[in-house]
Amino acid sequence: MFIPHTQEDREEMLRTIGISNLDDLFQDVPAPHRFPDLNLPPALTEMEVLQEMQSIAVSNESMEDMICFLGAGAYHHYVPSVVDAIIRRGEFLTAYTPYQPELSQGTLQAIFDYQSLITALTDMDVSNASHYDGSTAVAEAVAMAHANFRGKRNRVVVSPALHPHYRQNLRTYNQGSEIEIVGDEDLSSLSKGPEALEDLIDLNTALVIVQYPDFFGRVYDYTRLADKVHAAGALLAVSVNPIALGLFTPPGKFGADIVTGEGQPLGIPLSFGGPYLGILATRMEYVRKMAGRLVGETVDNRGQRAYVLTLTAREQHIRREKATSNICTNQGLMALAATVYMSTLGKHGLRQVSELCYHKAHYAARSIGSLPGFSLWSDQPFFNEFVVKCPGPVDEINMYLLSEGILGGYNLGNDYPELANHMLIAVTEMNSRDDIDMLADVLAEVSND
Amino acid sequence: MTEPLLCDLSVPGRIGMRYPEPDVPLAELPVLLRQDLPLPELSEVDVVRHFTHLSKLNYNIDQGMYPLGSCTMKYNPKINEDTARLPGFALSHPLQPIETIQGNLLLMYELQKWLGEIGGFAGMTLQPAAGAQGELTGVLIIRAYFKSRGETKRTKILIPDSAHGTNPATSAMSGMQVVELKSDERGNVNLEALKSHCDETLAGLMLTNPNTLGLFDENVIEVCRLVHEAGGLVYGDGANMNALLGIVRPGDLGIDVMHYNLHKTFSTPHGGGGPGSGPVGVAAHLVDFLPYPVVDIIEEGDEDMPPLYGFVQPKQSIGRVKSFHGQFGMMVRAYTYIRMLGPEGLRRVAEHAVLNANYLMHLLKDYYHLAYDRPCMHEFVVEGQWDDAPEIHALDISKRMMDYNLHPPTNYFPLIVHEALMIEPTETESKQTLDKFVEVMREIAREAHETPEVLKSAPHITPVGRLDEVKAAKELVLCCGVESIAD
Amino acid sequence: MNIPADLKFTTNDEWVRVEGTTGTIGISDFAQDQLSDIVFVEIVVAEGETHAKGDSCATLESVKAAADVYLPVGGKVLAVNDALPDKPELVNSDPYGEAWMVKIEITDPSELGGLLDAAGYQKHVEEKE
Repeated sequence: MFIPHTQEDREEMLRTIGISNLDDLFQDVPAPHRFPDLNLPPALTEMEVLQEMQSIAVSNESMEDMICFLGAGAYHHYVPSVVDAIIRRGEFLTAYTPYQPELSQGTLQAIFDYQSLITALTDMDVSNASHYDGSTAVAEAVAMAHANFRGKRNRVVVSPALHPHYRQNLRTYNQGSEIEIVGDEDLSSLSKGPEALEDLIDLNTALVIVQYPDFFGRVYDYTRLADKVHAAGALLAVSVNPIALGLFTPPGKFGADIVTGEGQPLGIPLSFGGPYLGILATRMEYVRKMAGRLVGETVDNRGQRAYVLTLTAREQHIRREKATSNICTNQGLMALAATVYMSTLGKHGLRQVSELCYHKAHYAARSIGSLPGFSLWSDQPFFNEFVVKCPGPVDEINMYLLSEGILGGYNLGNDYPELANHMLIAVTEMNSRDDIDMLADVLAEVSND
Repeated sequence: MTEPLLCDLSVPGRIGMRYPEPDVPLAELPVLLRQDLPLPELSEVDVVRHFTHLSKLNYNIDQGMYPLGSCTMKYNPKINEDTARLPGFALSHPLQPIETIQGNLLLMYELQKWLGEIGGFAGMTLQPAAGAQGELTGVLIIRAYFKSRGETKRTKILIPDSAHGTNPATSAMSGMQVVELKSDERGNVNLEALKSHCDETLAGLMLTNPNTLGLFDENVIEVCRLVHEAGGLVYGDGANMNALLGIVRPGDLGIDVMHYNLHKTFSTPHGGGGPGSGPVGVAAHLVDFLPYPVVDIIEEGDEDMPPLYGFVQPKQSIGRVKSFHGQFGMMVRAYTYIRMLGPEGLRRVAEHAVLNANYLMHLLKDYYHLAYDRPCMHEFVVEGQWDDAPEIHALDISKRMMDYNLHPPTNYFPLIVHEALMIEPTETESKQTLDKFVEVMREIAREAHETPEVLKSAPHITPVGRLDEVKAAKELVLCCGVESIAD
Repeated sequence: MNIPADLKFTTNDEWVRVEGTTGTIGISDFAQDQLSDIVFVEIVVAEGETHAKGDSCATLESVKAAADVYLPVGGKVLAVNDALPDKPELVNSDPYGEAWMVKIEITDPSELGGLLDAAGYQKHVEEKE
């Protein structure tokens, strides 16, 4: 199968080495612990394993079985066939990190394409080659800002409308550091906009983090916040949904210093939460504080344009304990998927998909908001997600929706006790008008019960 | 011949993807409307040809041997790609009610159990996204453990000088103090140096075993004993687990916490630099500190009903290290792989990985100076230099290998070997492939002495020659010009 | 290897030129050669600040390596070489001249006592090689 040796090969190789059997290779391993019996199920053939995997997979309910209105950081979008056709190519799939540029121009130039598309989409100067996901990209933005001020500013102000997982992750990453995270404990300000953060920004603040659209789907103009942040000498990070940037003003325009984001909507399947794609872009002046791999253009000794990993002296394999991040492997193949997605959709397609999400979500919000017992929680502009106040517990409503083949929205009470009975509904181009009407009809039944 | 950039291929008016017209009444567009969207305009054909052309500029495992030391570039079974794309897996949302994702949870539960069994650990988390994040998770667990015991003075982490750069970077990120430990003359942890650091500030030791020299530490039991006796914990860097599958369980040797790299040991593809996956195993005394969520049975089953799987939060969890549940697609691939190999198959993997490395080492040692002349595990390090060919460096040998259609080994690592070439063949290379490799390496050694200029000017047959890395770093061109990408 | 006789050195390859109470600081010819082509210089102290011996005063990057420069003696920063970040290659071409990094008002001259003279540094370099 995956080990090509014949009995003959093995014997000849052992003879060459000068030992009589394979066990002799492991003399350095303490004898009492050598060759444990592993309690694992016996081997299967490819035919059998596929059958077993199919039977496990069908015991899930997937988007093939349900109409999806669940988002909250992971979105069900259409993935053009071309994306998977490219990323399944062994030349990309089975290559290593492009440390040897002469043998890796494909990966390197594709990353350069990715960097170009991300900077264009976010209106920033420079993008790295990716982080693990939207949450770790935010954590890296904090390390970056902290390094930028050489550890002299230790406060990070975080919007309570930043994804709850990202906020949890920030605390995990910083439990051993001197960084103080504020702004998201006071949930009374949830219904207020970014101005609620302004009073928390002081001269010790390194970074202010907001989300765009925020976790509740709302879209704010952060220009005023950016001005306040910069007046205090601090940096502003904005965590984005990249599909929204097909329609809304990019963060670079209102003064963001770092743009992070979850790249999953750009052609990456839901896949139960991963692998996804962490976007991180910034202004040129902060490029050396940015972690992660970076590809630059240069020439080779034959005078040809060529690409290479650059500014590697920032990274852990050179700087070791002085590096701002330990990141090594990133999400190369996912960045490639996003690159193929963005180049296939291009200027027109991305705008079109953003508009479809926008119009369908607004249609859904109007339909559901007018149902008896349901109301929209906010009148702030939104993109493709909105919060609905429900007449009862969200989990119960969702069970009812499931029985009708609908995967309902996210139960905000899980993370925000004051938003018990509030549901976060996501709509994408995958939802037809019929789907939305059906959701509204079933919800109407709930409110009549 | 160089391939144009996407932005140079763009032709105004071209469309790569059409969407249906909106089937709902249109809403008023937002005030914060984007004015320009400077993305390229390409047809689907343009896109496919561009990326196909690029793909042909890459070396990859499907094409040939990829002997990068410490990277475990083994063949990636094709079936993994099919199983990960089964709609039940690929089209499930991470926040669905648990009743609708019992298949995913069962898979994660079993994989936790199997990885725990393979490494000898009482608990596992599958959440970390890569080896480096697994390390961060592990060191934060060590930190949390001491904090819970009130031993906050324990902040010192010992790291052998042969370690990967991620080890010290991780420790520093976790607020720990890094102290480097010299290796002894056989490549083991220097016991005397270790003893001198065993005091009440010791939090732990990060041990890669086999280490990056490809050597199994002969004193591993004693190393763990010394650290434990001083009140510290031992972190295992599982980067080199491919040598130990079914051979020894690190947990049995005294390792308290260890990360795996599913993209090394368990055959998930490297993808040109990720995604990886870095599950972490812990001994019983650390189970309560694992990141949340962990998959467990929350309602026992019986003859009629399967158990109900769900997420639980360990009591003193360090928190979440990633959104959602980790690199699930990689877990499906690793599950498929382990299921196809079974316990005997896993042991055969390690045996043949070690057999292949020793075979190569044996056939090369008269031509290249061995950094440590003792039987190796799954990899070994030679010096890429000769006293009688003074102008030749490891880099030149690496570049010359490309002319023979081979990918070079890891070079200039580990840092403690001058001009290091670190060779890891993996178990998936045949004797015939290895013989060919040896032939090339011997030929290059001959060339180094007789026609060194051929090495200095290599590579000759690759799409591009040696690159001007100083220009890349000084003149920083990091994206396609905004002017040329916009219309 | 150029090792000027009038300078004092650290084992971390910094040099200091003492003129009265002023110390001018940079990195040695040996150090620039080890780092190879310097592509980036950042001076991390500012005029008017006071720093102790051993504090980091600059960061250097080449394509393959990074290095921090530490103050061989403590004191008040009198001047920093603002031109250097724009011309990092000066560290390679003129490490003891145009590539000076920081000038400092030495607080405690006795700190100079622990430094190597040219001969001592020569020996140190030979051992490292």
